[in-house]
Amino acid sequence: MDSPTPPQSPKSASLRLDVALQLLQQSGVSLPGTRESNPSGWLQAVIDGLCELSSRDALTGLANRRQFELAMAREIDRVARAGEPALVLMIDIDHFKKVNDTHGHPAGDLVLREVGRALHDCIRPMDTVARFGGEEFAMILPNCPPAFGQTVAERVRSRVASRPVSVAPGQEVSITVSIGGAFAPQWVRSSAPLWIERADQQLYRAKAEGRNRTCLEMPPVSHVSAEEKGLLFGTSQFQDLE
Amino acid sequence: MSTDSAATPPAPAAARPAARGRIIAVTSGKGGVGKTFVSANLAAALARRGERVLVLDADLGLANLDVVLNLFPKITLHDVFTGKAQLEDAILPAPGGFSVLLAGSGLVEYSRLTVEVREKLLEVIDKVAPRYDRIILDTGAGISDVVLYAVSLADDVLVVATPEPTSLTDAYATIKVLATQQQRHAVRLVVNQTSRLGEGRVIRGQLQQVIDRYVTPQMQDPGVPFKLDLLGEIPTDTAVREAVQKRRLLLESLPGCPAAQGISAVADKLMS
Repeated sequence: MDSPTPPQSPKSASLRLDVALQLLQQSGVSLPGTRESNPSGWLQAVIDGLCELSSRDALTGLANRRQFELAMAREIDRVARAGEPALVLMIDIDHFKKVNDTHGHPAGDLVLREVGRALHDCIRPMDTVARFGGEEFAMILPNCPPAFGQTVAERVRSRVASRPVSVAPGQEVSITVSIGGAFAPQWVRSSAPLWIERADQQLYRAKAEGRNRTCLEMPPVSHVSAEEKGLLFGTSQFQDLE
Repeated sequence: MSTDSAATPPAPAAARPAARGRIIAVTSGKGGVGKTFVSANLAAALARRGERVLVLDADLGLANLDVVLNLFPKITLHDVFTGKAQLEDAILPAPGGFSVLLAGSGLVEYSRLTVEVREKLLEVIDKVAPRYDRIILDTGAGISDVVLYAVSLADDVLVVATPEPTSLTDAYATIKVLATQQQRHAVRLVVNQTSRLGEGRVIRGQLQQVIDRYVTPQMQDPGVPFKLDLLGEIPTDTAVREAVQKRRLLLESLPGCPAAQGISAVADKLMS
């Protein structure tokens, strides 16, 4: 049966939307139809536009921290259910303060944008890359087996290192990043903050070991090699007792 | 960097600074090496020494704790998890003077470690921890995520192994995972079913040697030595089989037999 009366549309005319519309206009979001011709469709587009804005980092256009944490929560849930391996990378620009101090803050912003673009260029559609805060970025790579982790992280690192940023005409700055990574907490208590903390610990390690490098938390290895078995059983200590 | 500590749940027990050794996980790698037998009888030995002990079936329904102790619980952890019963009502007195928290077979459906199960198990452990001197987590066989999660909640890990090569290999694999994944630098060892005095010491030496060579270099802090501490050995003893078949604790039925003495020595070493 067709619904004879449409759901009561909100009285959009009475809502205060000036600031919201200004924000959307500034960020180039176009709204379908007009407020009068299709009130509920128009209002939905305003809300969608605001949601989109609140999930993006204004400078780089990447996901922001809020959006990243949502994506992580979803991934943790998926890992728990499907048991697929997933990797989180924390990526920090090396000596970023020096860029700001030497070339000024606009150059710093340019570097952040360029690094953001380089990171965005390395990911698969299902991955999420975000500006986590300051000069720190974060990535979630679902379905990334431990055997590939180092290669993936290394690709990200070298992509950034291979793209000097032009901060002024004829002036290029070489940028490097340090990367720390941890796999989904399949065996330990799982939460987004704990997972990030584990990746952060690896990031500290990458910084401490000289920057411009990647450090990943080691996945558990339960395989016992023939060599290990040899040492475990091969020596004659058992006979020594007799 | 990640500073939103308000959203951070409590750190794993391994990282908690206080009360070392209060929560102890008993694990083995291989099944059938007497893990539940050790858990139950060690609990009885500790209870005799005046400790308030709780044994928790951290195998989530697959442990044989109820069989070993001849208990037929009406209310289990499963009922607590599903909100059908209070935690207090699921804690039962066991014959050896300690308490048990059984999972119940309904928890088999939880043998996959979902976030929900993790949180519930943690909640239960956090609730009971202040009321006991020691909590023994009887984990399942193998190196599954449930086992490793249960172990991650413990301050101390006790690995039970027999002199059988398969048991030793699995014990070694377990220790390797605990060292590299949880960055543990100490594990306790009990060697069960030894056939001659001093066999436990030899086996500890064998394991330590392989760990030093292949595991410690893989750890984040290879400078810190890995300590495999022998808590004791339990000799092969026909009395064990008899007690298990009668579904009685060895420490109750034949406290003077060599295996019971071995377990008592383990309790003494644990408390020292």
